[in-house]
Amino acid sequence: MTFLDYAPAPESQAVLHLRDEYGLFIGGEFRAGGGTPFASINPATEKQIAMIAHANEADVDAAVAAARKAYTTTWSKLSGSDRGKYLFRIARLLQERARELAVAESLDNGKPIKESRDVDVPLVAAWFFYYAGWADKLDHVGLGASPAPRGVAAQVIPWNFPLLMLAWKIAPALAAGNTVVLKPAETTSLTALLFAEIVQQADLPPGVVNIITGAGDSGVPLVGHPDVDIVAFTGSTPVGRAIAKSTAGTRKKVILELGGKAANIVFDDAPIDQAIEGIVNGIFFNQGHVCCAGSRLLVQESVHDEVVDRLKARLSTLRLGDPLDKNTDIGAINSAAQLERIRTLSDVGEAEGAERWTAACEIPANGFWFAPTIFDNVSTSHRIAREEIFGPVLSVLTFRTPAEAIAKANNTPYGLSAGIWTDKGSRILAVADQLRAGVIWANTFNRFDPSSPFGGYKESGYGREGGRHGIAAYLQGATK
Amino acid sequence: MTEIVHADRALALIGGEPNDANLRRYLHGIPGVDAVGLQQRAAGLGTRSIKTTSKAWALDRIIGLIDLTTLEGADTPGKVRSLVAKAVTPDPGDLTCPRVAAVCVYGDMVPHAVQALGAAHGEIAVAAVATAFPSGRASRSIKLEDTADAVAAGADEIDMVIDRGAFLAGRYGQVFDEIAAVKEACRRADGTYAHLKVILETGELNTYDNVRRASWLGILAGGDFIKTSTGKVSPAATLPVTLLMLEVVRDWYRLTGHQVGVKPAGGIRTSKDAIKYLVTVAETAGEEWLTPHLFRFGASSLLNDVLLQRQKVATGHYSGPDYVTID
Amino acid sequence: MSRLAVPKTYKLYIGGAFPRSESGRTYEITSAKGAFLANAAKASRKDARDAVVAARAAVSGWSGATAYNRGQVLYRIAELLEGRREQFVAEIVDVEGASAAKATAQVDAAIDRWVWYAGWADKYAQVVGNANPVAGPYFNISVPEPSGVVAIVAPQDSSLLGLVSVVAPALVAGNTVVVVASQRLPLSAISLSEVLATSDVPKGVVNVLTGSPAEITPWLASHADVNGLDLAGAGDLDWVDLQIAAADTLKRVLAPEEVGQSLGRITAFTETKTVWHTKGLI
Repeated sequence: MTFLDYAPAPESQAVLHLRDEYGLFIGGEFRAGGGTPFASINPATEKQIAMIAHANEADVDAAVAAARKAYTTTWSKLSGSDRGKYLFRIARLLQERARELAVAESLDNGKPIKESRDVDVPLVAAWFFYYAGWADKLDHVGLGASPAPRGVAAQVIPWNFPLLMLAWKIAPALAAGNTVVLKPAETTSLTALLFAEIVQQADLPPGVVNIITGAGDSGVPLVGHPDVDIVAFTGSTPVGRAIAKSTAGTRKKVILELGGKAANIVFDDAPIDQAIEGIVNGIFFNQGHVCCAGSRLLVQESVHDEVVDRLKARLSTLRLGDPLDKNTDIGAINSAAQLERIRTLSDVGEAEGAERWTAACEIPANGFWFAPTIFDNVSTSHRIAREEIFGPVLSVLTFRTPAEAIAKANNTPYGLSAGIWTDKGSRILAVADQLRAGVIWANTFNRFDPSSPFGGYKESGYGREGGRHGIAAYLQGATK
Repeated sequence: MTEIVHADRALALIGGEPNDANLRRYLHGIPGVDAVGLQQRAAGLGTRSIKTTSKAWALDRIIGLIDLTTLEGADTPGKVRSLVAKAVTPDPGDLTCPRVAAVCVYGDMVPHAVQALGAAHGEIAVAAVATAFPSGRASRSIKLEDTADAVAAGADEIDMVIDRGAFLAGRYGQVFDEIAAVKEACRRADGTYAHLKVILETGELNTYDNVRRASWLGILAGGDFIKTSTGKVSPAATLPVTLLMLEVVRDWYRLTGHQVGVKPAGGIRTSKDAIKYLVTVAETAGEEWLTPHLFRFGASSLLNDVLLQRQKVATGHYSGPDYVTID
Repeated sequence: MSRLAVPKTYKLYIGGAFPRSESGRTYEITSAKGAFLANAAKASRKDARDAVVAARAAVSGWSGATAYNRGQVLYRIAELLEGRREQFVAEIVDVEGASAAKATAQVDAAIDRWVWYAGWADKYAQVVGNANPVAGPYFNISVPEPSGVVAIVAPQDSSLLGLVSVVAPALVAGNTVVVVASQRLPLSAISLSEVLATSDVPKGVVNVLTGSPAEITPWLASHADVNGLDLAGAGDLDWVDLQIAAADTLKRVLAPEEVGQSLGRITAFTETKTVWHTKGLI
């Protein structure tokens, strides 16, 4: 045997007790949806996990009505300190059920258990913990004394970090005194529904949190509902654009966290081994299903060959396979549709003349998989250097001077994140100043924290999630 | 590879004589280390889950990589004989248990170790600490004498300490020369050399950049192994430091095709920890490094913990300290 | 014996120059009682395009200036406005038909507001930025930065105060501006341009278009190189369509509203940038 063929180390599913079917969570109770239920499948096996209810417009009306009622009758009348206590309760319940949630997330999303266990779920609890403490300190948000909540929030989240995105949305909204209707992505509803159970365990007043499941046809009426005061969306730029249009002329506050095409800039004096890790973490974390992924590697020409060689060697040690195996580095692509998109854009990259390299790894027979892939000799005009692939595909470009690196990094309609790798502190700060992106990681990448605002410039959206900024968005503030 | 080739290659890389200026230029031209990133990578490697057959293999391999060590002022021939007995038969209840790689003792104990090993000497090596271990604060001639003495007494391996004071003061040439001189002192009458392990004492070097530079220095000067610590200074071996040294060894191999070993020593007491080191070796330098020629654990209490785990794997139930021997 | 007055030609202000509209068009500005006052340039979509180019070119210099410097430059505008106080009062009396007292009050309020905003330049980042106590060995800080080029429809019912209330806050953070002046009351806007041109504000930082907001604004709202859209004075336009057009490139948009003075108007056209850096002692 070879040692590196680590024996299987599957995380036990015994901790998870799933139902065969899940309803909508409206007014504190589960109920059937008006639409045709759909199956949520495990992307690693293509087997059905559970049937999920499909919300129609009447369900959306009911959910918004429940949220409005809860807002008017209970939640807005509660003291900040009591709201905070509810959120603390939720944070603790999340910690208690952390392993169960991690297993469910990996099962439903396809992400490696080591990520759901060590990154997603701990951050989810941290997010509620952080915002719980804000609930009775709204006077200090920076909007003057006693800022008012906005009312009912419509929140639509993506499939890449299902539970974490839920936390990013619900925790600040509730802390600020709003009630919410949240719709998870149709391929990853499971953990939102488990969260609904936690809401019940926390004895949160009915209607404060409502979860409706379904596809775009459930999300559109939610976002467009006239009784919604704030719309928060994380997802693709095209959908974000459509939301910005559909809410134009309304009084709705809109927060959009959209796509990205982040540059990860490696200077020739970078701490090389950590830079390699940062590049890997930047684009192969969560199979590259990360809006802030470092999908464009900008490497100084003088170290290009060395970086690419080391990167290939490192990628060859990544382990692709069963998301529930504790040693898996690269899990399953979330859906057949996403896999198709990754394949298509990769083929385009090849056709455009970029040099494709794929790590040798065994692809399981069933499920949706894409081996870690690098495109070298990519030009700024290539589609794979401009379009968000949202998969484990890295485009490598070069630069000669800091000015060229900055120009190339900013040469995109997106502006969500960027990375800088150099030992020179002064250069880091100067480059960070000039990058047009909302989150800059220097000598690290893909770090998240509830106290740290996150969000984009330009077509990566507007509004910030996390930190003081994240709660301010859910409160009324004057621009007059 | 002959020592001449090695020296030539080192000089070519340094770009001249191994004096302070040339060495400084070379060592400070190596990319820096970001501490946070290094520690995160090490922590990530530490989360690998090694189960069932992999674990069984790992436990046996750990035993085979141990330099079973006693380095006390109170060491006696009797203590060394006991250590050797444990090295030869780690688990008297299970004779399939592999033997350790070497015993590691002070120079004056080498004859006792050689004698106690008898026919097993060869399968199990004798390593001696030398060069005024652990502080290294003695004159060059004493250090060389110390080394030659141990080699003459039958030591197969010499664990030397670098002059940390000289290193921290930037006198890289002095450190280089001393390692090279100790290497020469490892030469036996028949022209062969005792293997040289260069102890960096990373706890005193303090920064990762220093550890990386000292690792390069140790290799350039002719060390067969680079070793973290004497075990007398805290912190001794840590996973990030070992990872860093493995990265240097890997880079040296990429550059020259020449394999150098790594020995973390001190502070590794549990199987769980040792397995993290195996994972780190395999995923950094490569699985071929998991042999006694290229990787060792400097340890004493680690062996018994591995034996307990080994018994658990064999029997399916947890064992206890009364079922492993003390040396 | 009365002296024959020398009337002013009111032109556009683009990139630090005072061009006529490339279209050659003008329109009549009359007093509140209908008397002819001036022919103002009627800007075209191409003038708007040129203004955006000038504004974009000015972004790096203006946003890259130190906050202290921006504050001083903006304060200097207030000084110059004070010196031209009588001219602005006279124009407002003429075009708005306001009493001298009301016109004076408007000019004074505008100058005071400008001073208020000028003082924010080197402070607002401290108030809206943050040091973030993240759970890990990282330095982490959030700072606001300008969005870039902001297109503004100035309030239509105010000559100077409305204009100042929308232009000054956008400039504080380092944005550059293309402002469509009040269609009926554009004289103060052009006079303000003359103040800007003789101040230390770099060319292109403020660009002033006169003419029809209904005609010009759609081109600005849909312009891909515009980052923000302030519809303060667009209440009588089809502003929902403008907002929809702006959504194509996800511009930051302020809906029509009564404008006062607030920190919120500064931050409306800023982006929060969060920088992480590892912290390691060894």
